[in-house]
Amino acid sequence: MKAAKLHLPLSKSDLVGLWAGDLCTLTGPVYTLRDAGHARLLEELEAQGTLPYGLYGQTLFYAGPSPAAAGRPFGAIGPTTASRMDFAAPRLHRAGIVATIGKGKRSQKVVQACRETGSVYFVATGGAAAFLAKCVETSTCLGYDDLGTEALRKVEVADFPVFVGIDVSGNDIYAR
Amino acid sequence: MQDKQKRFISAGQVATAIEAAIPAIACDLPSDVLEALTVARAKETGARGAVVLDHLTENARIASEDQVPLCQDTGVVWACLEIGPGVTVEGDVFSGVDAAVARAYCGADLRKSLVRDAFSDRSNTGDNTPAFCELHLVPKEGLARLHIMLKGGGSDNASRVVMLDPSAGTRGVREEVLACVREKAANACAPLVIGIGIGATFDKVASLAKQALMRPLGKPSADSRLAAFEEELLDAVNATGIGPGGLGGDTTALGVHVLTAPCHIAALPLAINMGCSAMRRKSIDL
Repeated sequence: MKAAKLHLPLSKSDLVGLWAGDLCTLTGPVYTLRDAGHARLLEELEAQGTLPYGLYGQTLFYAGPSPAAAGRPFGAIGPTTASRMDFAAPRLHRAGIVATIGKGKRSQKVVQACRETGSVYFVATGGAAAFLAKCVETSTCLGYDDLGTEALRKVEVADFPVFVGIDVSGNDIYAR
Repeated sequence: MQDKQKRFISAGQVATAIEAAIPAIACDLPSDVLEALTVARAKETGARGAVVLDHLTENARIASEDQVPLCQDTGVVWACLEIGPGVTVEGDVFSGVDAAVARAYCGADLRKSLVRDAFSDRSNTGDNTPAFCELHLVPKEGLARLHIMLKGGGSDNASRVVMLDPSAGTRGVREEVLACVREKAANACAPLVIGIGIGATFDKVASLAKQALMRPLGKPSADSRLAAFEEELLDAVNATGIGPGGLGGDTTALGVHVLTAPCHIAALPLAINMGCSAMRRKSIDL
C-alpha cells in the first residue's frame, strides 16, 4: 500500500502513477454531483457537446453533504454508492472527467472507460463524513441549486484521504 | 407496575421523544458500536481495513465532540412503538411525528433525504418527512418502548427479501446471507451490522430483519440455537475477507442478529437488512 500526496486537478503523469489499492491524499477542487445531478449534466453535455461548468479535466465527488455546521462548510460530507452513477460515468470520462470519488464496486463498463480514457476511480471511507468534512476548506454552488443536497458544488479539499479503486490500467480493488 | 388503567401514551409524548432523540442519534455513535469498532481495529490484520477502521473511530470522536452528523446521509426516520397490555395509546399516536422530524432535521442541520413519491414525484420534501412508523402490540405488561433508527440509503439498498423453499433449510439461509454480503457489503459501508428475519410472511419478514438491528452488539439471541447460528454466520461473513469498506480485512461485520417467527408450511421467508458501520439507533422507555 503506497501513499501519495496529490494535487488537483490531476495531471496525466499523476494518473498513470496510481495503482489500485494505493492510499492517497487529495488537495484542490473536487465537484460534488450525485443521482439527479448526473441526469441533468448528461442532458447539458448532449446539448452543448462539451462539459459545462469548467468540469473538463476535473474530479467528480459522488456526495450529498449535510448543511454547514461547527464553523465548517458542511457538518458532514462523504461518498455515496458509486454504482448508481455507472450509467453516466463512461460518457463523462470520455468527455473529460479524469477521476471520480465514491464508495463501492463499479461496473465493467466503468473499468473499461477508465482504461480507455486514462481515468481513475477513488474510494473514500463511507460513514466517516464528520472526519472528511474537516478536510473541506470552501464550497461554492455552481448549479442545480434546486436539488438541495444534490446540487453541483465546487469544493476545495485539503489532504482528503482516498484509496485508488480503479487505476488507468483497469485494475479494480474490488475484483481481488 | 403502575395502575394499568392510568398508563397512557399520548401523541405529544411520542413526538417530543423523537424530536429530542434525533440530533443525538445522528451525531453520537452508540457505545456498543464504538466498542465493537475499537475491538475490531485492535484485531484487524488488513492494512487498508485498519486505515478504514481508524477513519471510523476518529469520525465517531469528531462527530460527538463537534455535534456534527456521523454520516452526511442522516437517513430516513423509522420509529417503532411497542405497547404491552395495560397501556393505551391515542388512535393518532403518530400524528405529531412528522412535525417533530421536520423540526429536528431543520434545527440540527441534518441532511434532508426524502422525495415526495418514489415513482411520480422525486422532488425533495425539504424537511426529511415523512417518517415511517409502526405500532407493535407485544405481550409485555406495562411496556411502552419507542425504537428509533436513522437508516441510510446505501445500506438499505444492499438489503433483500427472498422467499426460499423450506427444503433450503439452514444451509439455504446461510448461502443467501453470504451471497448478499459478497455482492453488496462493499457498497453498504462495512463493517456491517446484519439484521436477519426468518419466517412470518412476505411483508412481515422485512420488519423482523429491521427489528433485529435494534439489539445491542455483543448481546446474543436469547434462544441458544439462534445464538449459535448468529455466531456461525458472523464467522462465515468475516471469513470472506471483504473487510472494512470492502477494501480487504478481517472485519466485514460487527454482528449478525437473527429474529424468527412461525410461517406457512410452504414457506421459508428470509429478509436481510444491512446496517452500516454508523448504526444509528436508540430505544427509549416512555
